[in-house]
Amino acid sequence: MNRTLAHFQDTFIQALYHGSATGVAAQPGFAVYRNTVFKGCVDALCDNFPSVERLVGRDWLADVAGRYARQYPPPDARLIAYGETFADYLAPFACANGLTYLADVARLDWLWLQAFCAEQAPALDVAELAGMTASDLARCTLQPRRSARWQWFAEHPVYTLWHHNRLAQPLPEHIAWHGEGVLLVGDVEGVGWQALTEGACAFLDACANGHDLDRASALALQAEPGLDFNALLGSLLGAQALAPLSLPR
Amino acid sequence: MNALHTLGAGLSLKAEHYAQALGCDTEHLWFEVHPENYMVGGPRLAWLERIGAGHPLSLHGVSLSLAAAAPPDPLHLQRLAALVQRLQPALVSEHLAWSTWRGHYHPDLLPFPRSSEALRRITDNIQRTQDALGRPIAVENPSHYLSLEGHDYAEAEFLAELVQHTGCGLLLDVNNVHVSAHNLGFSAEAYLDRFPAEAIVEIHLAGYSHDADSALLIDSHDAPVSEAVWALFQRLVGRIGPRPTLIERDDHLPGFDSLLAERDVAQAILSLSRRPA
Repeated sequence: MNRTLAHFQDTFIQALYHGSATGVAAQPGFAVYRNTVFKGCVDALCDNFPSVERLVGRDWLADVAGRYARQYPPPDARLIAYGETFADYLAPFACANGLTYLADVARLDWLWLQAFCAEQAPALDVAELAGMTASDLARCTLQPRRSARWQWFAEHPVYTLWHHNRLAQPLPEHIAWHGEGVLLVGDVEGVGWQALTEGACAFLDACANGHDLDRASALALQAEPGLDFNALLGSLLGAQALAPLSLPR
Repeated sequence: MNALHTLGAGLSLKAEHYAQALGCDTEHLWFEVHPENYMVGGPRLAWLERIGAGHPLSLHGVSLSLAAAAPPDPLHLQRLAALVQRLQPALVSEHLAWSTWRGHYHPDLLPFPRSSEALRRITDNIQRTQDALGRPIAVENPSHYLSLEGHDYAEAEFLAELVQHTGCGLLLDVNNVHVSAHNLGFSAEAYLDRFPAEAIVEIHLAGYSHDADSALLIDSHDAPVSEAVWALFQRLVGRIGPRPTLIERDDHLPGFDSLLAERDVAQAILSLSRRPA
């Protein structure tokens, strides 16, 4: 690494992030670079967390995003992948304003991005299951598709809050304040999503951990004793959330 | 160069315009995107591939950080090479600037002193890039907002050295020339006359804005191309002949038809210009 050019860059970055007003930073043009760098970061975070923006407004989010950008510049140039730790960073600011659910809404925006950006891969075709005996089925492993993301949010009705804001719809007059889960699946045409129960989330967790269908369904029933397993399987197949079968050798 | 001669005037492509771009059959039209936005899986890449089936594509990078005192990030270069391989774009370009440094991306095109050291470093970085991609890239003149000390070369001279040492092409951004000439106080016409014309493989046109806090012009890409930039463009292609020309627009995005109409103005100017004998 060559010291002179490297020294120029180090000094420039120091002035950008820590507000020095000496040397080139004393020229009016330096503010153009500073503004552009932070506007780029803030715009990316606002774009990546649209449901949060709709809940709290652009100014509030931009203020927190600006603080985050100064502490955590993007790790690479793919700004659609910027903000991996933003939900956690946001949490204390949100709680201080009484918005205890906001960090979870941000987590759901982040899951959407992950589903959106995932590599395309085929989904399980229901025909693959045709002709399988109950015993074969119990021993097979169902893997969630690479573009599938899910999470159970135990504290808040995060799916309801997120879904309506994501679609720019008014919230329902009455929201039952209990935990909710969500499934998001990315595909070539975009991202589809639906609510999931706690048992369904536990089932997908178990599948992702490599448990066979027998064990995964047991874990799902443990999390949610009343779970209708056939309905769940039909729903996951309909959402194209599962990868093609991996049969035991 | 032969493939480039079939390119007329193009448009920067935004996600908002995917559907119109896909349905557009305008002759000689091509589209340019920032590769950083397509280094992920998912629908964006699928859309771009569909559009690329009907029109030539150009990948215009903003983050290789050629002017940093370090080689380009190997992972980023690998992603770019994969994208180039997949999309087979007609053009690949980057900026004479830096943006990634010590493991962080700072989303702007940052300046540097055009020293002999910088020339050696950038030459090496361009060569590494061209080796990874298996093809030459074009390097764009940036907009300037600062008077820096430590320049050993004028910008046109620096770019000519890069062309000579690496075989790269040049992307001449006429709006950047206009903005920089205003901000740093030089003649845009004189700059363009010194620019190594034979190496130009692409021209950029864009709009600028006025800085609210100073007398500076900002290369904001948020307005139509200005009269001054159209005049510089017309004068340029009148002298050097037609080159693939792009209308860049990133902000305050108008409808696709408005952008296409602006692009048609550039196409008309290109069509009227003659190749030098």
